[in-house]
Amino acid sequence: METYLKNLFNNAGDVTVFTGRFFKEVLKPPFEIKECFRQCYLIGYKSLPLVAITGFIMGLVLTLQSRPTLAAFGAESWLPGMVALSLIREIAPVITALICAGKIASGIGAELGSMKVTEQIDAMEVSAINPYKYLVVTRIMACTLMVPLLVVLADGIGILGGYAGINIHSDVNLFRYFSQVLASIDFLDIFPATIKTFFFGFFIGLIGCYKGFTAANGTESVGKAANSAVVAASLAIFIIDMLAVQITDLFFIK
Amino acid sequence: MLQEKIYIQEKIVAENIIPVISIKGLYKSFGKDNDVLKGVDLYVNEGENLVVLGKSGSGKSVTIKCLVGLVVADEGEIKVFGTNISNVNNTELNAIRIRIGFLFQNSALYDSMSVRQNLEFPLKRHAKKLSAAAIDATVRAALENVGLVEAIDKMPAELSGGMRKRVGLARTLILQPEIILYDEPTTGLDTITSREISELILAIQKKYKTASVIITHDMACAKLTGDRIMILKDGVIHAEGSYAELEKNDDEWVRSFFI
Repeated sequence: METYLKNLFNNAGDVTVFTGRFFKEVLKPPFEIKECFRQCYLIGYKSLPLVAITGFIMGLVLTLQSRPTLAAFGAESWLPGMVALSLIREIAPVITALICAGKIASGIGAELGSMKVTEQIDAMEVSAINPYKYLVVTRIMACTLMVPLLVVLADGIGILGGYAGINIHSDVNLFRYFSQVLASIDFLDIFPATIKTFFFGFFIGLIGCYKGFTAANGTESVGKAANSAVVAASLAIFIIDMLAVQITDLFFIK
Repeated sequence: MLQEKIYIQEKIVAENIIPVISIKGLYKSFGKDNDVLKGVDLYVNEGENLVVLGKSGSGKSVTIKCLVGLVVADEGEIKVFGTNISNVNNTELNAIRIRIGFLFQNSALYDSMSVRQNLEFPLKRHAKKLSAAAIDATVRAALENVGLVEAIDKMPAELSGGMRKRVGLARTLILQPEIILYDEPTTGLDTITSREISELILAIQKKYKTASVIITHDMACAKLTGDRIMILKDGVIHAEGSYAELEKNDDEWVRSFFI
């Protein structure tokens, strides 16, 4: 128990130092802008198909599952608004972030872990290149910027999926559907939900980088880094979501 | 052995040679009961090739990693170009690192970059005034030194072990270092390729007048490249001398390397 607690506090200390170093390095030139754009392309653009497909399925399934219940109360006309609100406030941000945790955090963990094991990070350091700035800062920045954009995409495509779901059982005009969607959402539905996605992105990048950057020697640790990055990032997403909902509830919902 | 060491040190003082690397009383341990280095003393003069021999786990790689600050020593003085690297900040350490090349055991090529990008990577960061044409010419010249210009656009995964070592060496040379540290440069290579790499190390020393520390188990490499050889045992330097001198040494441990 003593060892467990000691390790827990040691890890917490290491993560804090690692995070603190990010805020120190991100403001200090030289800025690795080109590498940051490359990471944005890899993290954002390369995740588009996966996020788009999942977004569409989320909207479609949510509509199909909710319809019978609403129909029983004669409230079928509320379906577009309900689907849009559920997607924008909760489902699209959390599911997209979880997909990103699986795809991006594990990818970063494995990539940096293998770079650590094969001494590529040491090679950068002895070439007087700051590996933290080049590898970590760029990836965390890219995740922080790209995850919110992916969530916005998932929101849009999810709402389109909802339209497809409604049209399986009835015939609703696209313009009317979107009119109902827009009528049911306001700024306070979008704003807190979007802010939390920046935190999701930041922690996905941070955890992936931390696990990879601190991987032990040996190829086994590469797998461990990837695996633990997904687990820790997924858990972090739920914790951030819980805090974000509490804060939103306190300050924004009347 | 001790008299031999004193003689060499007196010779350095008499001839006013300033070593580019000097280590005094280097201690390093990794956790309890795992003392790897227990007071290593060594020096390397300008233009000299020093070979460090020792069995696996004797702390050879740790010693050279201490020289570039990759491993922080517990105790001892490490002077590179006359500067004690334990007393410098990160910027000053990086200024020293630029003057040192390091060839890693597994070459440590960046997997996501082509051979060209691997070589351009340090160059673009430390020689910012160079034009694109000058960078291309420098990369090609470094690859010519190791006989691999044709591999310029290949990815590291497409290279053989020997080719990776050569590209690693070309990357090491790209910033024209004054000291090169080789961590087991011939490990995992066949006899012919090992010899080629050893000859390359020697050719580089002659061409660029670099000082080198070569960590190796390969006696053929030690014989060919070493101006002076040191043998590490139990965390300290056990024997020192030229290949010919050590070959005649009566010490059982030393002899075991020459069988």
